[in-house]
Amino acid sequence: MPTTMVAQSLASGILVGALYGLAAVGLSLVFGVTKILNVSHGELLMLGGYTSFWLFTLFGVDPFAGIPLSMFALVIIGLIVYQLLFSRLIKLPTEDKIRTSLLVGFGLGLMLQNIALRLWTADNRGITPSYAGAVLTVLGVRLPYVRVASLVIAFVFLLALQLFLQKTYTGKAIRATAQDWEAATLMGINVHRVYLLSFVLGTALAGAAGTLVAVGYSVEPVMGLHWTLKALIVLVMGGIGSIAGTLIGGLILGVTESAAAVWISGNYRHVVGLAIFILVLLIRPQGLFGAKEG
Amino acid sequence: MTIKKGISLALLVIGVVALGLVPRMGASESLLNLLILMFIYTMLATSWNILGGYTGQVNLGHAAFFGLGTLTARMLYTGGCPLPLAFLVAGVVPVVFSMLIGVPAFRLRLRGDYFTIGTLALSQILYITIGNVLPKITYLPMADIQNYQILPRYYIILALTVFTIGVAYALVKSRLGLGLVAVRENEDAAESLGVNAFAHKLLALAVSAFLGGLTGGAYAYYQPSYYFNYTFSPPWSLEPVTMTFIGGVGTVHGPVIGAIFFVLLKEWLVLRVGEYHLIIFGVLFILVVLFLPGGLVEAWERIRRLVARRTTVKATAPTACAGGNNLPGN
Repeated sequence: MPTTMVAQSLASGILVGALYGLAAVGLSLVFGVTKILNVSHGELLMLGGYTSFWLFTLFGVDPFAGIPLSMFALVIIGLIVYQLLFSRLIKLPTEDKIRTSLLVGFGLGLMLQNIALRLWTADNRGITPSYAGAVLTVLGVRLPYVRVASLVIAFVFLLALQLFLQKTYTGKAIRATAQDWEAATLMGINVHRVYLLSFVLGTALAGAAGTLVAVGYSVEPVMGLHWTLKALIVLVMGGIGSIAGTLIGGLILGVTESAAAVWISGNYRHVVGLAIFILVLLIRPQGLFGAKEG
Repeated sequence: MTIKKGISLALLVIGVVALGLVPRMGASESLLNLLILMFIYTMLATSWNILGGYTGQVNLGHAAFFGLGTLTARMLYTGGCPLPLAFLVAGVVPVVFSMLIGVPAFRLRLRGDYFTIGTLALSQILYITIGNVLPKITYLPMADIQNYQILPRYYIILALTVFTIGVAYALVKSRLGLGLVAVRENEDAAESLGVNAFAHKLLALAVSAFLGGLTGGAYAYYQPSYYFNYTFSPPWSLEPVTMTFIGGVGTVHGPVIGAIFFVLLKEWLVLRVGEYHLIIFGVLFILVVLFLPGGLVEAWERIRRLVARRTTVKATAPTACAGGNNLPGN
């Protein structure tokens, strides 16, 4: 096998893997803090992609410049979804909360997928600004500019989130709540506000990820389940609550899929990720990088 | 209690006999098709409910069991295997498969959500793989298609449905069934009383997989042609959950009511709003999960109790209505 081909598949894997990481970090944040397992995360990501698609085709907004707008749209959607649905589960015991949130998210996903089907048809949609086809060639490896830019933006988002959670007062409140919500309450933290903030932050990150997916790849109504599974795979690999772990998990998944596409068959690239997922789930349920749960 | 039991049994027998007589009363073919659809959905929801409802292990990949059942039954039947054997093997294959996830997940005592997303992932693996390996349409044997008989299919699937509900009922009323509910409600407490949670969960999974596969067998025998991977597609995982919750999760009659309601509402909605019906089902499902976790069965109970209370209030002193209206266990 020629080395450029190996390098190419490695590079493609890293490029898509960063997006897997970004998609997963939103889900991970929400789950880690609120114990809501929102399986409609992929559908929310899809809505972010379609928001950018609309902004671009209807108003000519550049997709990268439009990221704040698509995040804002997802903040609004996140607020509505949280207040109407998930906030009702907050007081349940953890096991029940996870189970019920799975069911609610699953119904919500079904709903959003079909709404998207009505609004945007079943076609594959991509965003194609003038620079969409431009490619950077390094040692024979072709790197589309938009995907490289997406990689950089994904890294920036993850770094910013890390700094926010570590350095700011609000970030510390979020981490405190994730660790022990009762103790956090006693310390005067408004836990309900932290939950709302975390959820909305998670959906905003889904919005950003959706935009990057739409510009580097494409969006379609049935993509939700696919991206939810990617995020779950990364979540299980990286462990909950570790942003670095999530990023590494995303990159590993992306590279493994690319390798599988080269050495096995392109048809099975998504199966390989799922198979790894099952194995990790069964062998090391706390995640490859996660600490053992109590 | 025994009188109540006798009445329900009598109603059940009358219902089955009536359903058996429907074709004799000059029912149209489309009505028979609608009933067969209800039977298949009843089987699907009932099989899901044994694990998801009674044992509390939410399976979001039931399509894997259903799909393996269709695949096995179709392969065997078109290969000339006698029908009863094809049905039997269609049930056994998913059981073997279900152990792949069930044994490790339940032995490690993983939290329920690990099992749930594991089943989701497994069903996707099968859906993609079958689509790659068998990217074509499957047909019933030529002789069957040329001379497609709906009547034997109607009766056989009716019999399978009665069998499925019967198994669910027998299981639930047995000692094992009580164990399942105990494990769902509090695993540690159940174990301390000598209930082997691992064995109970595994048994529920096996029965659920067997009946899910049998449902697939019924579908494969009924449907003249479909894509091989169609029966593994996500809707076959979503619909049994939706029907069971709408009807009443964790009860024997809930999935039956849910399936009938689901098929009728779907028929009605498809005619009026077309593809929008899926959005409506999504909304309905969320509403039931959040506000009426016991589904239609619970709604009925609430109404009945409300009426009963009204009448007792009238009969006795007004202070009698002080009792709370506690919800049933789930």
